[in-house]
Amino acid sequence: MAKVVLKQVTKEFNGQQVVKGLDLVIPDGSFTVLVGPSGCGKSTTLRMIAGLEQATGGEILIGEQPVNDLPPGKRDVAMVFQNYALYPTMSVYDNISYGLRNRGYSKKECQVLVEEIAEVVGLAPYLKRKPSQLSGGQRQRVALARAMVKKPQVFLMDEPLSNLDAKLRNQMRVELTSLHKQLGSTFIYVTHDQVEAMTMGDQIVVMNEGQIMQVAAPMDLYQEPDNLFVAQFIGSPAMNIVPAAEREDQVWGFRPEKALLRHAGVSSVGHADAMDMHGHIVSREILGSDTLYHVETDKGRVVVKTDTESLLDAGSAVHVTVPLSSIYVFDRATGKRIARAENGVRQQILAGGVV
Amino acid sequence: MRKAAAAHEMTASGHALGRTEATKARLNLFETIRPYLYVTPALAFFGVFFFFPIAYVIYLSFHDWSLLNLDEIEWVGLANFTALFEDADFRQVLGTTLIYTLSTVALGIGIAFFLALWLNRKAKIFGLVQAAVFSPHIISLVSVAMLWMWLMDPQYGLLNALLEFIGLPGYTWLSDTKSALLSLIIVSVWKGVGYNTLVFIAGLQSIPRDIYEAASLDRSPWWRTLTRITIPMLSPTLFFLLVINTISSFQVFDTIYIMTQGGPVNSTNMLVFYIYEQGMDFYNGGIASAASVILLGIVGLLTLLHFRVMEKRVHYR
Repeated sequence: MAKVVLKQVTKEFNGQQVVKGLDLVIPDGSFTVLVGPSGCGKSTTLRMIAGLEQATGGEILIGEQPVNDLPPGKRDVAMVFQNYALYPTMSVYDNISYGLRNRGYSKKECQVLVEEIAEVVGLAPYLKRKPSQLSGGQRQRVALARAMVKKPQVFLMDEPLSNLDAKLRNQMRVELTSLHKQLGSTFIYVTHDQVEAMTMGDQIVVMNEGQIMQVAAPMDLYQEPDNLFVAQFIGSPAMNIVPAAEREDQVWGFRPEKALLRHAGVSSVGHADAMDMHGHIVSREILGSDTLYHVETDKGRVVVKTDTESLLDAGSAVHVTVPLSSIYVFDRATGKRIARAENGVRQQILAGGVV
Repeated sequence: MRKAAAAHEMTASGHALGRTEATKARLNLFETIRPYLYVTPALAFFGVFFFFPIAYVIYLSFHDWSLLNLDEIEWVGLANFTALFEDADFRQVLGTTLIYTLSTVALGIGIAFFLALWLNRKAKIFGLVQAAVFSPHIISLVSVAMLWMWLMDPQYGLLNALLEFIGLPGYTWLSDTKSALLSLIIVSVWKGVGYNTLVFIAGLQSIPRDIYEAASLDRSPWWRTLTRITIPMLSPTLFFLLVINTISSFQVFDTIYIMTQGGPVNSTNMLVFYIYEQGMDFYNGGIASAASVILLGIVGLLTLLHFRVMEKRVHYR
């Protein structure tokens, strides 16, 4: 167990900076998820912690020890790769014990440790098989076992679930979280999938274009996004952004599930503490328990999420109402969040007559 | 009226039924022979140019005949084969061919493997070296043989000049029974190593990088990475090169013909050259055919053996 600290870490490829001065503390024993769109530098950051890439600048500490000049094998980290990176020519047993043998464990010690870990991840009947004779889920477990058996201070995972089918992915998500609780080690997990990030992490690091956009716990990230990028990246469907009333330099955002959709025929009740928009439904997606409506309004296209009880048809004229308490205000130029609308905006609305 | 109409309908449908059954049968027949129709042209081609010549050589190997008089062809049974195996020269030829093949294959593949490990890098200079190493492969073997004859010339050759330069005595490369075979092996390895290297590099590049990364996280020392990961992962490549190198080494002819003519004192006479000599110079058609059949048998057996052994050892994903 150890905390991982990044101080002003940068990485350049061919003169192009892909990681731009990261400052990050990953607490001891945390499940930290690095999330962001592809090319945001999250994998590169993970690989720098692993030692598979050399940082161009800055310092990386694992525990209290600077590791910039240590080779990957000496950093006391283990990694689970996206494609598992199992040794195809070795049996499952050899795959798991290879790292131990290289660390000088005797054959007997290896056998005890491998069999123990195989029991934990449910691989005991498959130890003699080659990876090519295993299913995707089983390969995933071999990769996990290979990492776990070394009892590292830090587990690094690079999109480990992205090659599994949806059902198995959900199952492994739960298993990984409970594994983390069991082991108590530091987990650093890279994904582009915000659902994975939200469900697994206790600390989420949102990255974009080589920079950290926000570090927070999942619900804080959802409820209090620092900027437009985080607001739109976290949450599905993404937050709606509309021009602010009266203020050219601001935009407003609201979550699709916070908006109220009413048929235009139903007479509107004037809301002093709500924003009201008129428009018509362009299309709808029925997801089962919820329905998404894409609505073309006088302020632009927005998405509204409602329950499925009373369906409205595409083409219907509708009102979209959003309580002011659910509106976030962002600076248009910098994307930084300014306030919740509740206080600052009410006067504008009353004065500007949006309703 | 209604009855008549019904009867008419029935016969009509009866006709229709009969017709569909006939069509069906015809279709079925067509379906059965269709695959054979598709492969007929290829089969005909292979038949005329591969199977027939092989069968004909086997037929000829049981006869006494000569290129000078093709009308006189006489059945002799296994006489050609017994004559061959009782002939000390032929046994020597077989031995030489074996030594030559083992050495060229071992050296050609061994050197290529380490060259490939060294050259499998991104920098431009390595690409240039790769091209240089490969270049002998695109030169005709006759030119290569001529070039090496000049390099190995005892008086004006570059090799002896080099030896003298570092203070060693010159060498009579091709005219000494001790070194003539070695000289042929050197030429063959030099010519073939580029191709082998290229195939090895392609094999190395198909090994996913993250496997090496996993190995580095597992603290795998370089020699263990080589023996436990790289070489096993290259086994299909290795197998392929072993088979084609063995076959081509067994069939060596051009360099012998140009550089040594099988000499000195028969020390570089090998199977294909022996066949050529028997058939073309001594007009022993039967002996030449029998030796060809033996060559076919050896190469066929070796290939079979390769496949059998490698089937269990080669890792296929």
